Amino acid sequence: MSSDSLSGLLGRPVQMRTGGGAKAFLRKVWAVAAKDIRAELRAKEVASTMIVFGLLAVIIFGLAFDLRVPKSAMVVPGILWVIVLFAGILGLHRSFGAEIDRETLPGLLLAPVEPSAIYFGKLASNLLYLFLLEFCMLPLLLVMFDTNLYHPVILLGLFLGTLGYAEVGTFFAALTANTRARESMLPVLLLPVMVPVFMAGVSLTAGILDGRPVSGLTSWLVILAVFDVIFFVAAYWIVDLIWDGI
Amino acid sequence: MASGNGSTGEPIVRVEKVAQRYGRKVVLRSVSLEVKAGEVAALLGANGAGKTTLLRILSGLDAPERGQVWLGNVPLTNAGHEIRRYVGLVSHRPLVYESLNGLENLHFFAQMYDLVEPEARIEAVLTAMDLWHRRYDPVRTYSRGMIQRLAIGRAILHDPPVLLLDEPDTGLDQESVAVLTDLIAQLREGGRAVLVTTHNWDRAERWADKIFYLADGSIEDGAEALRQR
Repeated sequence: MSSDSLSGLLGRPVQMRTGGGAKAFLRKVWAVAAKDIRAELRAKEVASTMIVFGLLAVIIFGLAFDLRVPKSAMVVPGILWVIVLFAGILGLHRSFGAEIDRETLPGLLLAPVEPSAIYFGKLASNLLYLFLLEFCMLPLLLVMFDTNLYHPVILLGLFLGTLGYAEVGTFFAALTANTRARESMLPVLLLPVMVPVFMAGVSLTAGILDGRPVSGLTSWLVILAVFDVIFFVAAYWIVDLIWDGI
Repeated sequence: MASGNGSTGEPIVRVEKVAQRYGRKVVLRSVSLEVKAGEVAALLGANGAGKTTLLRILSGLDAPERGQVWLGNVPLTNAGHEIRRYVGLVSHRPLVYESLNGLENLHFFAQMYDLVEPEARIEAVLTAMDLWHRRYDPVRTYSRGMIQRLAIGRAILHDPPVLLLDEPDTGLDQESVAVLTDLIAQLREGGRAVLVTTHNWDRAERWADKIFYLADGSIEDGAEALRQR
């Protein structure tokens, strides 16, 4: 430290914006998300793990079902959604687990920021990692199973399902962050809640691959959208309560 | 002991009969203390005496089981997150991100504290902490002393009126400790209230206007403890 440069450090007034409403809230959401993404670009420990696991799982499923299943389109919807759920857990538990392991969470909680802003920042980075996973998985599914999933309705369903998964997963990751067995607690809590998303996602994908009319599948899209809205609102309200006094 | 000339009459930190326990272990029984603006108070005590617990309560990271903490005229309990602008904490842990560099760390915290045009402030803090020349290096490449200096920089970045320093001299070389002493003196001059924990009696005497001694979960007379040392 330098004595000379200390003088004047406290003499200059430091201006802070107070209040600021939604704009300030969104600025902090962005700051948390950008910090996580920047750290991930350096450390490469979350998204890369998810993507490698996802791609390996596609290959393993491809080899496993190649010999026995008469039509690969029959199993692809299930494979897609199972891999997204399982690979996603790898990243979700790190979103807060890394803050706990490196003892940086108190630094976040010391700042004048609503816990929900931290939650939504983490949600944004988790969402990005899950979309990257899917972006890498779809071409491999096409190659391994000869099944084209690039249909607008499938992609919309995948977007809505992934959003709901990231919402609930980030919430449970926050809830279990301080528990000793968070790696095992997270899937135990998360997967049962994800059953509606899984069912809707698989049914929607299978319906499109089977050539059924889109009009008959909109109920699955509605289920996914309603799930997203409910958990978006619930997380916003509950996260502030569960983090009180951490 | 240091002579405080930035001190004003009203206590800015007031702790009233705070008690805390973890499970069945009582850490704080009934702790009361006050620190005025422009005053430096040292908190001494053996390992496990409850110094860190008290600082966590004062920073709002933990809620006390009983008692009340006031920052100015505002009770900390249920004060909302905005009160955290008024406190800076140097913890046992640096609370900075190893994969980011020093500049990115302070930029991130400047955003979290809503600093207006933070670049000049960040440069001033990094320069004062002698880290400006290493600003683009990842924190994981810093020495322990450099990480501690960055932690101090993070705590003073938003220039809080209350500064809580939990063993801030940990990992610092003699030269850096001398500058830390200078910083604490300037914080006093600038009217900030500083509560610092340390195991080092000599430093406590040099830094502080008054000394609290924490033993068995209660505050004892620091001067008396000093005489019996």
